[in-house]
Amino acid sequence: MTGDYNFAYLDEQTKRMIRRTLLKALAIPGYQVPFGGREMPLAYGWGTGGIQVTASVIGPRDVLKVIDQGADDTTNAVSIRRFFERVADVATTEKTTDATIIQTRHRVPEANLVEGQILVYQVPQPEPLRRLEPRETETRKMHAYGEYGLMQVKLYEDIAQFGHIATTYDYPVIVNGRYLTAPSPIPKFDNPKMQDNPAIQLFGAGREKRIYAIPPYTTVKSLDFDDHPFTVQRWDGACALCGATDSYLDEVVLDDRGKRMFVCSDTDYCGQRRAAGHVGEQPDMDDALEPEAR
Amino acid sequence: MYVAVKGGERAILNSHKLVAEERRGDPAVPELGLAQITEQFRLAVDRVMNEGSVYDPELAALALKQAQGDSIEAIFLLRAYRTTLPRIAVSRPIETAEMAVRRRVSAAYKDMPGGQVLGPTYDYTHRLLDFALAAEGETVPEAEQAASPLPETMLPVLDILSHEGLIEEEVADREGEPVFDVTRDPMSFPAGRDQRLQNLARGDEGFVLGLAYSTTRGYGGSHPFVGELRMGEVSVEIVPEELGFPIDIGDITVTECQMINQFKGSAEKPPQFTRGYGLSFGHCERKAMAMSLVDRALRCKELGEDALYPAQDDEFVLSHTDNVEAVGFVTHFKLPHYVDFQAELELVRKMRAEQARVEPQEAAE
Repeated sequence: MTGDYNFAYLDEQTKRMIRRTLLKALAIPGYQVPFGGREMPLAYGWGTGGIQVTASVIGPRDVLKVIDQGADDTTNAVSIRRFFERVADVATTEKTTDATIIQTRHRVPEANLVEGQILVYQVPQPEPLRRLEPRETETRKMHAYGEYGLMQVKLYEDIAQFGHIATTYDYPVIVNGRYLTAPSPIPKFDNPKMQDNPAIQLFGAGREKRIYAIPPYTTVKSLDFDDHPFTVQRWDGACALCGATDSYLDEVVLDDRGKRMFVCSDTDYCGQRRAAGHVGEQPDMDDALEPEAR
Repeated sequence: MYVAVKGGERAILNSHKLVAEERRGDPAVPELGLAQITEQFRLAVDRVMNEGSVYDPELAALALKQAQGDSIEAIFLLRAYRTTLPRIAVSRPIETAEMAVRRRVSAAYKDMPGGQVLGPTYDYTHRLLDFALAAEGETVPEAEQAASPLPETMLPVLDILSHEGLIEEEVADREGEPVFDVTRDPMSFPAGRDQRLQNLARGDEGFVLGLAYSTTRGYGGSHPFVGELRMGEVSVEIVPEELGFPIDIGDITVTECQMINQFKGSAEKPPQFTRGYGLSFGHCERKAMAMSLVDRALRCKELGEDALYPAQDDEFVLSHTDNVEAVGFVTHFKLPHYVDFQAELELVRKMRAEQARVEPQEAAE
């Protein structure tokens, strides 16, 4: 059904406006460029920024992958993928390596991305300083002067109070040595993947009407202190399905008595590993569940 | 497989079918037609057109039907449709002084040229459920016609004050100058009045009403008088480039509120009354009045007043009026957040373990 709407839903003028914004964003890595975000037929906060970015860069020969929480089959990922199947009639895939465009919410895929791929992040709050300073007029000044002491103090206060930094996702980064940038609510586990990534990373915040970008092979440094270096989450166990010890794990509650298992959040990564013969402790999740919990 | 994560696609398709079923209700009851909605739910249609930012009663009625009467869902539907429409022309400013008035009241003067015109209003109805309406087939009483028609042009009431210099001048005619377009440009702060008025005009009625209310009961020090509230039809004109003169493209119904507010004066300005302005598509008086109060509150900086209250803070007000944005963001919290929740879970466990390690030591000391 591309007949009743333009290819990829947006009209060509809007796409051109967004592409110009994207070029500016790529030219000033990490800088939030305001853009004339449009109302989309999906709700704000549900990925409208990412959808507008994807709609502006997608072509008929692209192969699209959409993930939410690392998985292709979560309801919102399904809904967005169906939207593009409907309005752009493009091929879709669940394989990270096959995709030319990957739209994501809350994760960076485990598999290494390559040149030519585009990773589109859905961003609820593009302003990393917003929780510390609610006013746009103030935060824009802070970015202009590169005045990020407020964030350093916040992280320091965490250390003073808890002995470590208590930010676990949307962990602030400095892009290209200049702009403090929100990586969107990915777990800090994924922050190192943003550094020197060969793929183009585009960020769309529809409700807040901001776009920003990280060009390929750009420095992305997570904020830290010399005596408290940045670290990522580690698990004691491995994925119960594929045995991976290097992936981000989701906790699945198995019964009401505290029994739980850990599985890869990236379903494609987990699937590829299992297809290659890797086996975890509990390869069949159905067996792990109590009969009444199925 | 565990259902919470898997099977999204089929579940979505089935939920669409369930919604369609719920929308239709009992098939034995006749289906609603769009004409029934535009004719009999006019005020609901007006609200949807207003906040949906499209003047099209039929589309608004369709949106209401599709949304089972949920106005905010209908507004969202209309906005999403609006995105796909081309911008053909920018109209000339509408001339409300030449409105075909159906209702016009002033709380500031007992009588004025053109007179008070009560028109269709719920104001003086007693809010008693009319059980006669429950039985269908009502015979509609016919309102009496006035002996003579209303004058074609009714001067705005505020012009009376402005002749005496008691109220600030209205901003000069700026036709032809670029106007901020809230539907195409991202908001920027500090906001100009064009951006503010557009934002308030499409802002959520409930939110704007609540803010307006706050300015009148201590959180804003507003002492308003309704200088004039008028509702009726105005014509919309465009000037096509190839013609070079205005042509009338149709009439729309609008409600306009000119609110008078006290102003004690400042070093530069003598004491005088100031204006707050509200305008809405259709018959939306509550909205137009609330808008005019918030507009005046937001003019504090320009008038040299201290901004002390939420309704005077343009970043706070204008960032939060849009119900399509607000609903989307508030409801997105029902989307899965388990990756982030997992990260927080890990952190809380770690912090609890650290505390458990520290506390026994303290107890031993």
